[in-house]
Amino acid sequence: MNLSKLSTLAAAVAAVATLSATPAHAGKTIDAIKARGQVICGVNPSLPGFAAADSQGNWTGFDIDICKAITATLLSDVTKVKWTPLNASQRFAALQSGEIDVLSRNTTWTLTRDASLGLNFTGVTYYDGQGFMVTKKSKITSAKQLKGATVCVQSGTTTEKNLADYSKAMNLNMKPVVFETQEATNKAYFTGRCQVYTTDASGLASVRNKEATNPADHVILPDLISKEPLGPSVRRGDDEWFAIVKWVVFALIEAEEYGITQANVDQMKSSTDPVVQRILGTSEDTGKLLGLDKDWAYRAIKAVGNYGEMFERNLGPNSTLKLPRGANNLWSKGGLIYAPPVR
Amino acid sequence: MEQGRPDLRTASALSPKGIKPARPAPPKKRDWSWRSQALRSLLYQVVALALVISAGYYLLGNTLENMRLRGIKSGFDFLVQPAGFGIGESIIPFDSSESYVKAFAVGVSNTLRVSALGIVLATLLGTFIGIGRLSRNFLLRSLCGAYVEFFRNVPLLLQLFIWYFILTETLPTIEEALKPLPGVFFSKNGLQFPIPLWADGHALTLAGMSLGLVLAVWWGRQSRRHFEASGQLRPVALPALALLAGLGLLGWLLGGSPAALDIPESTELNVVGGGSLTPEYMTVLMGLTVYTAAYIAEIVRGGIQAVPFGQHEASSALGLSRGMEVRLVLLPQALRVIIPPMTSQYLNLTKNSSLAVAVGYPDLVSISTTSLNQTGRAIECIAIIMACYLTLSLLTSWFMNAYNRRSLLKER
Amino acid sequence: MSSQPFVFEPIASRAPPRPVGGLLPWVRRNLFDGWTNILTTLLLLLLLALALPPMFQWGLMHAVFGADNAACRAAEHHGACWGVVAEKYRLIFFGRYPYEQQWRPMVACALMVGAIAASCYRPFWRAWLLGLWALVLALFFVLMKGGLVGLVAVETARWGGFPLTVMLATLSLLIAFPLAILVALGRQSHMAGIRTLCVLYVELVRGVPLISVLFMASFMLPLFMPQGSTIDVLLRVLIGMTLFTAAYLAEVVRGGLQALPKGQIEAAQSLGLGYWQTTRKVVLPQALRLVVPATMNTFIGAFKDTSLVTIVSLYDLTGALQLALGDADWRKFFFEGQLFVAAIYFVFCYAMSRYSLWIERHLNTGTRRE
Repeated sequence: MNLSKLSTLAAAVAAVATLSATPAHAGKTIDAIKARGQVICGVNPSLPGFAAADSQGNWTGFDIDICKAITATLLSDVTKVKWTPLNASQRFAALQSGEIDVLSRNTTWTLTRDASLGLNFTGVTYYDGQGFMVTKKSKITSAKQLKGATVCVQSGTTTEKNLADYSKAMNLNMKPVVFETQEATNKAYFTGRCQVYTTDASGLASVRNKEATNPADHVILPDLISKEPLGPSVRRGDDEWFAIVKWVVFALIEAEEYGITQANVDQMKSSTDPVVQRILGTSEDTGKLLGLDKDWAYRAIKAVGNYGEMFERNLGPNSTLKLPRGANNLWSKGGLIYAPPVR
Repeated sequence: MEQGRPDLRTASALSPKGIKPARPAPPKKRDWSWRSQALRSLLYQVVALALVISAGYYLLGNTLENMRLRGIKSGFDFLVQPAGFGIGESIIPFDSSESYVKAFAVGVSNTLRVSALGIVLATLLGTFIGIGRLSRNFLLRSLCGAYVEFFRNVPLLLQLFIWYFILTETLPTIEEALKPLPGVFFSKNGLQFPIPLWADGHALTLAGMSLGLVLAVWWGRQSRRHFEASGQLRPVALPALALLAGLGLLGWLLGGSPAALDIPESTELNVVGGGSLTPEYMTVLMGLTVYTAAYIAEIVRGGIQAVPFGQHEASSALGLSRGMEVRLVLLPQALRVIIPPMTSQYLNLTKNSSLAVAVGYPDLVSISTTSLNQTGRAIECIAIIMACYLTLSLLTSWFMNAYNRRSLLKER
Repeated sequence: MSSQPFVFEPIASRAPPRPVGGLLPWVRRNLFDGWTNILTTLLLLLLLALALPPMFQWGLMHAVFGADNAACRAAEHHGACWGVVAEKYRLIFFGRYPYEQQWRPMVACALMVGAIAASCYRPFWRAWLLGLWALVLALFFVLMKGGLVGLVAVETARWGGFPLTVMLATLSLLIAFPLAILVALGRQSHMAGIRTLCVLYVELVRGVPLISVLFMASFMLPLFMPQGSTIDVLLRVLIGMTLFTAAYLAEVVRGGLQALPKGQIEAAQSLGLGYWQTTRKVVLPQALRLVVPATMNTFIGAFKDTSLVTIVSLYDLTGALQLALGDADWRKFFFEGQLFVAAIYFVFCYAMSRYSLWIERHLNTGTRRE
């Protein structure tokens, strides 16, 4: 062993020692997106109505539209987005690690998720509740009749906990059969292993449409046993990105409230209504405060339409799910959808 | 001067000059020169440890920084919080308000429940098939060979999926359950059957059976000692069984012969009561049994073939019957070769039971993943899984090493 | 003295011995040799007669081979629906890879399987084989990933099916084998520090199930990276599998090292060979040759273990099957799909085990014990 080999070793040790310096400082999401030229959006692998891809790889859905609106606002081009399908156990880790920029995956806003997972929820885009689906043959009409039933449920969701709470409170002693993936859960219910399937009511409608051999054979019970406010979320520590995602959704809601649609947004640019002028940037530049230009809301509405159009297209009467607006109507029409003013 | 030993210190015919007395040994000098092996080996070890420690420090630093930045909490304090989720099946009663520690305990109990029965069944099945592969009958040999080849060459996960599919697709729903015997229901919800209700008399039964076990072991020892002293064989298996069963029966009779059964009854939606085996449990059990039995068959076959043919010829020459030959000559030698790989197959079976998470059986890994998803404490939950399995492995290794040491052929 | 010549009168010849060769004696010996044997044969023949014809009818006679859902449903319980394979084979083989670009994974797979087949052939064991492997791996990644020479870029999250299985198995084995040799040598080392490290690594990794290693790799590796950099999902799984396989292979190689007579090392030292020279030229060739069966067993195990990545949501062959049968129309015929995938695994693993027998015979001509 000669001197040269020893010195190579010493150099290697020194190199490794310098590597153990403190890791890099936190990066800003917006800078990363602009450098990359793409928004990376975490979505559900397959929940028709919220997020689904056809065989050509084109994604459509409610959550997809929200991401498209965000992309249009930030990058002016709706196609500059990468879709990352994530199952229930992977979604938070992917957001925390920086693998995705925003999680738009029908995720329920709860205290634990907001406070202890390092995320921030930007708002509610869909007010939902957890429901049950049974076969018509079982002649069950209410959740209170489910004494001792076996229930198929997916791991890693609020569904599991709500089911346990409801079962305990109503003394129903329901037996959960827990699966890791959505596909396994669906398969188990539709082969008849479990008598009941439980998830958010919108998810039930979607799964019934997609997977049942005969959707009419399955009944969604009217009882909703929990509150499931669904909304997009971003990583903690980046207030600018948080503000942008939040206000894009609010802008879409305001657009519906003031009658701006995808079709008439160009004409609305010349409207005299001061509120509309503010939203579309004709009178004052609200985008500057968010770090964007004055057409930010215009681009969002042009890309996906207003909130109501998004709903109709993906979840409402024009879609396969045919869900009623219900609680998801504007506050002025008796629903819960309310946006702070864009001013 | 001892008898018969020539004294080499003095001159004699054997050693004309005598032997010089030994010099004292030279002092041991560690050579720390630049090119010595001692220095190099020390250097290598220092460098290797430094590399590993600095890599570990770097990764740990990154992890802590990332967790701080993302606001992820850490620590094992979540274990005493109520779990909040239910568990589909367990032998310990579990409620969603009980702590995570209890949930993990249920997971471990489920893993042990399927592994223990799986080990017993796999050993029985594997031994039969291994012996079948050595049979003189061509059909039996081929069928056993086909079994081993098929089940060893298909991944276990796929086999579990196939078993689960068979059990959930072909069985009827609970409303139209098969009722082979009164009180026994076989449906997509699994197999439900009557079990005895626990009464005080059962404690006496168990006490009787334990006493029977102790006496059977004592009898086995006694008959072995008698055999080694006199060469006479005494029957061991039947008396042991008789002792076990007989004393158990006696205990049961003395306890008032409690015979109450918990019979499953169908309610509106389900069948409640009695003991039950869910399709998930049956899938994991059958999948693991059938898969591991294929490996055990090969081990048993290898063990039997490792006994030299001369041993069989010698036993025939001595006039031993086939039964005595198997018991006294073949089995002890074959077991020495069989037991170490068999133990590692048992360990493999226990570790493979972790695949139960794919079919919905709530074993340790499944419950740990659920906790991980609910609390976000990825590192802690994975550490718990690894600690439990590591403990099992180390215990098994320790047992195997002890057995190996005891059974080593004492050669020159 | 008699003048008559001695006439040799042979005794009557005995009947010829019973033939040992030939079909009838074989049948008598193997199937009807004694009462237990006869009973077993009859019982097994009965079982086969009850089981085989229905299987034959279900699998071949009444089966539907075309991708015709209506015909499949019509034949539902008395005929297999192999049409599910005809309909979904692209999804099973290639996962979610974009439809028009699927020729790329096909070519990439063919190259990889070709390289493996070439490596099995003894006359090809020369230095240029390494070059061939480097070329094949580079081509594989270029074809699958794209982005160069006009090929459309396809992200690793979309890779799936058979190419993923082959890639995971091959790469993890290629990297794990040298690592395992190093760890096994380290375990035999005189240096306490290195020996402890190697023992800790092997015992820790062998004591836990592969699924926990995969979970750790997919959940915790991102946390190990500095903020801002991410590690590819496939790479995480590959690292987990490599570390796991290396630990098992290290034990196998250690068995071979221990079985080597000490005299070999002493002879090499007396010839003046250094540690690495001894290891390279004397110890490893003999030790590796001794453990060929166990090594091939580990290779087969690694190939089968790639199916576990289904649980971390990577769509290898097993996972792609689950994906393919999410379709409600074809879900009933899941069984035929599973049999098809099982047959693929069986073919590959059986070929590997046959090859293992062949190479063991081939390499051990000097030390064979009859």
